[in-house]
Amino acid sequence: MAISNIWYFLSGLTLLSALMVVLAKNPIHSVLYLVFTFFCISGHYVLLNAQFLMAVNIIVYAGAIMVLFLFVIMMFDLKKNQPESKSSLTKLAGSVVAGTLLVLFVALLRKNNLPAPSEVNFKSQTGMVETLGKILYTEYLLPFELISILFFVAMVGAVMLGKREAGERNF
Amino acid sequence: MDLLSDLFLAKAAFIGIVFAITLGIAAYSTYFERKIAAFMQDRIGPDRAGPFGILQPLADAVKMFMKEDFIPANSNKWLFIAGPCLSMLTALMTSAVVPFGDTVTIGGVTFDLQGIDVNIGILWVFGIVSLGVYGILIGGWASNNKYSLLGAIRAASQNISYELAMGLAIIAILLFTGSLSTKAIVEGQQNGHWNIFYQPLGFIIFLICAFAECNRTPFDLPECETELIGGYHTEYSSMKLGFYLFAEYINMFISGAVMATLYFGGYDYPGIDFVTAQFGNNIAVFVGMGALIGKALLFVFVFMWVRWTLPRFRYDQLMGLGWAGLIPLSMYNVVVTAFGILIGKPFTAGIVGVVLLILGLLIHDQLFVKKKIA
Repeated sequence: MAISNIWYFLSGLTLLSALMVVLAKNPIHSVLYLVFTFFCISGHYVLLNAQFLMAVNIIVYAGAIMVLFLFVIMMFDLKKNQPESKSSLTKLAGSVVAGTLLVLFVALLRKNNLPAPSEVNFKSQTGMVETLGKILYTEYLLPFELISILFFVAMVGAVMLGKREAGERNF
Repeated sequence: MDLLSDLFLAKAAFIGIVFAITLGIAAYSTYFERKIAAFMQDRIGPDRAGPFGILQPLADAVKMFMKEDFIPANSNKWLFIAGPCLSMLTALMTSAVVPFGDTVTIGGVTFDLQGIDVNIGILWVFGIVSLGVYGILIGGWASNNKYSLLGAIRAASQNISYELAMGLAIIAILLFTGSLSTKAIVEGQQNGHWNIFYQPLGFIIFLICAFAECNRTPFDLPECETELIGGYHTEYSSMKLGFYLFAEYINMFISGAVMATLYFGGYDYPGIDFVTAQFGNNIAVFVGMGALIGKALLFVFVFMWVRWTLPRFRYDQLMGLGWAGLIPLSMYNVVVTAFGILIGKPFTAGIVGVVLLILGLLIHDQLFVKKKIA
């Protein structure tokens, strides 16, 4: 099987499962389709020879964040927390906005002829963890460290919010 | 890839053998679990099916298949079936990157005894471990039973909490090896330079986290009978329940193999050069594979030993141990390891690190912890 066929199959699967995230009635099903979408995206990373991104995508998104999503949604009583149906005006406005965005994207892609990557300059090792690490710690050192500070601040904030003050209710 | 090349067929055969070994060991772990429990409680244990009850796993399997396969009326049918299947799938996927041996040549085909040698091997293990919770979560939710849901939620929060300490313990190993590949990690430990000598603290952290990730006693809160009936598998019966229980035994064996790979030299064993010189490379490699499986089985025994020795934790104690105990400890371990590599004496640094930690704990205990008067 040619590699482009795998790409088409994977892309179709990705789009299908991404659509099902929006269309599924049951929130739990939505979350599970989203997990499946992340797996398909990881498959794309493998095709791009970026194994490290594939593993990190699965660990961070599928393994940690989506588990928390599932966790929170399972706590809901789904029968009581159904979102009410939107009015037809909202639906109309929504479809107009989405349609305009789609036209914009198509127009943009047609205007900008993206250059095809040249086979001569192609480096198969770009996505490997060694290359990625070297680039992150030399060329992009400042943004990388800034992001880590951002994460640290977010973490401290989460701990502060979750911390129980003395005398607060214990539940 | 050519689907009919000799290399592909050899690898396929090898993966099939690994699966067969894993499933066989998991089946017989149930038998030995009961025998060890019986020994520790001064009983006889299963002794009816065959000599010494050796056919007990077969009898259990037949029983599991013959029982009524019941699906609760208000459950989510497909997800109810998907739960145990996912548990089984994630349990079996980890063995793909465990290196069972070095390269062998059989019938003119040279290949190494490892499913896939990817350069992100240990991240693969970590990713699959983090996915392992889905089977329990989905099964527990789909049962439409409050006890199942509570068990599933406990399992999810427990697994996520202990993954952090586990990842930090792995980082200390990666500092030594400088590679994420499991093969490179094993090759760095050949000739007795096992990581356990350099990473005693890291190994203890990893072992505790492995207990928590496998949902084994003393961390089997998700299926705590006294509080939750049966936890996430309360509503399950027949082979679906069998899959959940089986997945736990597979996880035990695989995590034993991963621990042997990371800390106990993988397929390394004393006298490997002598065996290679006497009997040739192939025999030496297969003895190494046996050594790895033997080390993994030793860990399976430790899992059982602890199960019948220690009582269960309370839930807040479990979370306290994970977040306030193990994570700071593993961060300390990473710093000590990095310092040891910096000054070029990793062995001394590991020992001094443990001694300093114990001293610090003793001093803290003397100064700040008020003693209760008995």
